[in-house]
Amino acid sequence: MAHKVDARGLSCPQPVLLTTEAIKNTGQSEIEILVDNQASRENVGRAAESQGYQVAVSEEMDEDFRIVIRKK
Amino acid sequence: MSSKNIFATLAGIVAVGAIIGILAPLLQYLGNPGNMGICVACFERDIAGAIGIHRAAVVQYLRPEILGFVLGALAAGLIFKEFKPSGGSAPMTRFVLGMVAMIGALVFLGCPWRAALRLAGGDGNAVLGLLGLVAGVYIGTLFFRKGYNLGRSYKQSIATGLMLPGIMLGLLALRLIFPPLEGEDKSGILFYSLSGPGAAYAPLAIALAIGLGVGFLAQRSRFCTMGAIRDFILFRQTHLLAGFLALVVAAFVVNLALGQFNPGFEDQPVAHNLFFWNFFGMLVAGLAFALAGGCPGRQLFMSGEGNSDAAVFVLGMIMGAALAHNWGLASSPAGLGDNGALAAIIGLAVCLAIGFANLKRT
Repeated sequence: MAHKVDARGLSCPQPVLLTTEAIKNTGQSEIEILVDNQASRENVGRAAESQGYQVAVSEEMDEDFRIVIRKK
Repeated sequence: MSSKNIFATLAGIVAVGAIIGILAPLLQYLGNPGNMGICVACFERDIAGAIGIHRAAVVQYLRPEILGFVLGALAAGLIFKEFKPSGGSAPMTRFVLGMVAMIGALVFLGCPWRAALRLAGGDGNAVLGLLGLVAGVYIGTLFFRKGYNLGRSYKQSIATGLMLPGIMLGLLALRLIFPPLEGEDKSGILFYSLSGPGAAYAPLAIALAIGLGVGFLAQRSRFCTMGAIRDFILFRQTHLLAGFLALVVAAFVVNLALGQFNPGFEDQPVAHNLFFWNFFGMLVAGLAFALAGGCPGRQLFMSGEGNSDAAVFVLGMIMGAALAHNWGLASSPAGLGDNGALAAIIGLAVCLAIGFANLKRT
């Protein structure tokens, strides 16, 4: 079960901060992040790549976006 | 990444920064005040003067660039389906942060955009302002690391998302109905300056077109001067920073080409050379921008995307500008306003109180 981060409705830099904290604190190879805007989607993807993860899924879900990142 | 947004790439943000860096000095060349091709704080302050909520005679002009920023971002948001009305994340706190940000910026005499343009124009005092900005944003990142958070925003109605863009459209209508009249300090219900920075402006059509273009591009690229510094400090990310640096370099080159580069500390346009207060004013503003999640430009672009919280911050800045000039908080080339130093210190205290009061875990 992937660790989940719900960053919907949070403004910059919270989505990225929560993502990098999840990477550091859980060490899980797969993390799922929910955001509600395109800018956060891009930022989370960019941050994940810089932390040795790759974006496995980045899809629209109703009004939100679901991103799954996996350790490279 | 499945993102198709070319402006979200490194090349994209650098291109947008460079375009702003080219257009801003050009606006100066075409009439805007010295080293003030684009200054979000100064221009919102001028708008406050134009509608008469402060009556500082030299800074009254309804700047079309600001209207364009919001409306251009709105257009981009609508075209790319990123107009998503939201709000409800501590609006009153954001209003106060906007007020404090403006008061700090007017102690320095410029927002981060203008700090960059002042540097690119050779104004050495801008270095102090930029150092203050970095220091303020750094303090902000300490709060973020401790769990500072203003809470979630929620979906709002389309009508709510259109409130600030609607106000901007209304202001544009006023500017068209009541154009400046030769030698008159008032046209209909709008106030105009007969001298000073408020009397220096590029032609309406050009200023509006550049404002719309920059608003559009900045919405696509998420250009943010505060975020540039914050992301580097917090994550060692250089994405937004590359855009900010591109702005400085491009503006420097254009200033050289147009003969607008005048290095020095003395007699710089719309600036004072009180080192400490240039630093401290921008520190206060930088902290307020960081706690609110965006530089003043970015707050306008997010307002265009329907973000009511950013819109409330913008209104806070306009209120801050009115107080700054009514109460003698704003600096001038002659130096600090009578109450500027005290206001900046209170501003810092307010930011720190907001920071500590909102430490929590989501």
